[in-house]
Amino acid sequence: MLARSPQAAFRRLFDEVGSVDHVGIEERVAKYGTRSIKKASKLWGLKTAVSMVDLTTLEGKDTPGKVASLCQKALRPHDDPSIPSTAAVCVYPSMVRHARRVLGSDTAVRIASVATAFPSGQAPLKTRLAEVRAAVADGADEIDMVINRGAFLAGEFAAVQDEIAAVLEACGDATLKVILEVSELETYDAIRAASFLAMRVIREGDFIKTSTGKTSLNATLGNNQVMLEAIRDHYLDTGIAIAMKPAGGIRTAKQALTFLIAVKETLGDAWLNNTRYRFGASSVLNDLVRQIEKEKTGAYQAPYYFSEAAESY
Amino acid sequence: MSTLVAEKKKPVARGGRPAPELIFGDLWEFDPAPESADPKLKARYDLFIDGKFVAPKSGKYFDTINPANEQKLAEIALASAADVDAAYAAAQRAFDTTWGKMPGRERAKYLYRIARLLQDRAREFAVAETLDGGKPVKESRDFDVPMAAAHFFYHAGWADKLDYVAPGRRVAPLGVVGQVIPWNFPLLMCAWKLAPALAMGNCVVLKPAETTSITALKLAEIFQDAGLPPGVVNFVTGAGEVGAAVMNHPTPAKVAFTGSTEVGKLIMRSLAGSDKKMTMELGGKAANIVFDDAPLDQAVEGIVNGIFFNQGHVCCAGSRLLVQESVADQVIAKLKNRIRVLRVGDPMDKNTDVGAINSREQLDRIRQLVDVGVREGGEMFQSACRLPTKGFYFRPTIFSGVSMSHRIAREEIFGPVLSILTFRTVDEAIEKANNTAYGLSAGVWTDKGARILKLSTELKAGVVWANTYNKFDPTSPFGGYKESGFGREGGRQGLLDYVKLS
Repeated sequence: MLARSPQAAFRRLFDEVGSVDHVGIEERVAKYGTRSIKKASKLWGLKTAVSMVDLTTLEGKDTPGKVASLCQKALRPHDDPSIPSTAAVCVYPSMVRHARRVLGSDTAVRIASVATAFPSGQAPLKTRLAEVRAAVADGADEIDMVINRGAFLAGEFAAVQDEIAAVLEACGDATLKVILEVSELETYDAIRAASFLAMRVIREGDFIKTSTGKTSLNATLGNNQVMLEAIRDHYLDTGIAIAMKPAGGIRTAKQALTFLIAVKETLGDAWLNNTRYRFGASSVLNDLVRQIEKEKTGAYQAPYYFSEAAESY
Repeated sequence: MSTLVAEKKKPVARGGRPAPELIFGDLWEFDPAPESADPKLKARYDLFIDGKFVAPKSGKYFDTINPANEQKLAEIALASAADVDAAYAAAQRAFDTTWGKMPGRERAKYLYRIARLLQDRAREFAVAETLDGGKPVKESRDFDVPMAAAHFFYHAGWADKLDYVAPGRRVAPLGVVGQVIPWNFPLLMCAWKLAPALAMGNCVVLKPAETTSITALKLAEIFQDAGLPPGVVNFVTGAGEVGAAVMNHPTPAKVAFTGSTEVGKLIMRSLAGSDKKMTMELGGKAANIVFDDAPLDQAVEGIVNGIFFNQGHVCCAGSRLLVQESVADQVIAKLKNRIRVLRVGDPMDKNTDVGAINSREQLDRIRQLVDVGVREGGEMFQSACRLPTKGFYFRPTIFSGVSMSHRIAREEIFGPVLSILTFRTVDEAIEKANNTAYGLSAGVWTDKGARILKLSTELKAGVVWANTYNKFDPTSPFGGYKESGFGREGGRQGLLDYVKLS
């Protein structure tokens, strides 16, 4: 009885994948913030960050028009031709076909869609799988799924993994991103454990992702670091390179650069590209572009020089 | 310089695929990010005696250089015995006429003022500290200067609470004290020594290390700005002979020394039979103990912080890693990957993690002991980083396969060199950790709270850190067991070494 309790399941999993010290992680990531990135290295970092953005709109009020304008922004974030397009747009499944219509079939910008009853995941598996298939059929290149946090917290790890495997199958060739929703797992130990559960099911090049952006706490340097270290350990152990996507809460270029420094110093050069690292964000894009222009011209420009900038000045 | 030894054990390739490795290359090289604040250095620094900068009686000066590029920074006065006499006479006069009679709450005002002035000029001091000593500006900015200010603030708070230092007993200052400090934390050691002495009402003659006198003499400028009465603090500069003159002088009621065990023994020998009080903060060869249930990535971070902080020029550096056999390979592999991303180079660059070795002499000593380590059969790994061509630098270095009888496991290297030993049981870990002439500090890494408590009582070390390393605070007493010295600095315990109880 004892050995079958959820608590014992957690104990076994933690023992297997190792624990995380909260204070130690916070100390480690505080060092990234003290890095001082200047000149050419700053420009490289900013442009690389632009190329890693999954430009996202996930609102009840999304319309085909809004999605069309998001796609245009993703293709051409600024008049400056040296600024790359973003990695992808990220939309609800019902918007995938509209995005595909705008982007066409021959495009550098991929279409990601949050399927599986995002953000709660609280729908029958059959429904969730149907949603994934529909999104892929409509032209989604990437599927962002949520894990079953209820099952995870109840210690039913096999159920969590089975569901990921089922979604993976429904994805076909589409890339899968597994959202752990870290704010609902609460501890760094649980985030590390959940990362391993997901990584053991998914394929090379698939992602683990911090959060939906729909809860109070999203991507932080701390949970990003825990997941990067899990990816590193999994890679050194199996040779399978899993990609990473922090999402939500990254609003400034400075933050984005700090996250990239974490990637550089934890996983190394092979992860410093948009097949292995993404930012799930929207407002960060204009700040990145603004900083790029500032590096080039030496002056900050008014927000109205940047398309889609909604903030006042 | 010792040659780089390739890792002997390469990970085994599986299924025909090459073993996975991380690439820490130059895809995203950081541009130089030099700290640009003006250190406001003078071309020549005189002695600071009786509140004034005065030329040494001998008229002699020596050069202080920047260890990062071997360029001369300034000339420092060379004190003679006559200057030391003058300094002690000024200190005695200040004690008799002003400082010793002043109510504690008045002394506190000066200390608060010193702390605030130091904060005001923090960047300037950080840059000066880095230029003169070679430590990364990141550390002088985020650790040395703020911690020095914190020591003045903390002890300012005690100055008007002498009645609570030892409840039920009367507390009085000792009088004049002589202090000699090392080159690894020039400003911080200065604050660490001066603040408790001043707060308790003593006057001081202090000798900074000869390679790092500048920030002490800049602190003297702050004393002038703060209006500290003349003679309360006097700085005499020079090398060992000056230190001996400060320690052996008949005036001081107490001497305090921080430095090597070798010199500490000399001082104790020369003062034997005198009625001087003494505190000694000497060398260390701390054990950083990692158990198999520890959070390994954070332990690795603590190991790095323990041995590469300030280029390993730390008396409490975690220079012996004791790691449980079952996780040794894993810890060493993680450690190597962590060391690969340490940035070694120009200390003035804000991204530098490991700066310059303090002096050529110290660099030679590190090289010599590392050569011994290689000859004794330790398996060496060094990071492959590029080093500047001028200046004193040493790559972060780890030795695995070290045993207790190796010299690199017993002698203090005082550089970025880690010796890794393994153990099997808790008792073996304690035995190995305590099997040293030193006993300044230790680290314990485990998820088990009870084990931490057990080790903190059984380890013969003045400080035991649990799941962290190299954490300091003015409220926390610091000091050693055995040949790491005696007496405590910081906290209430530290005050007791600067007062007469009756």
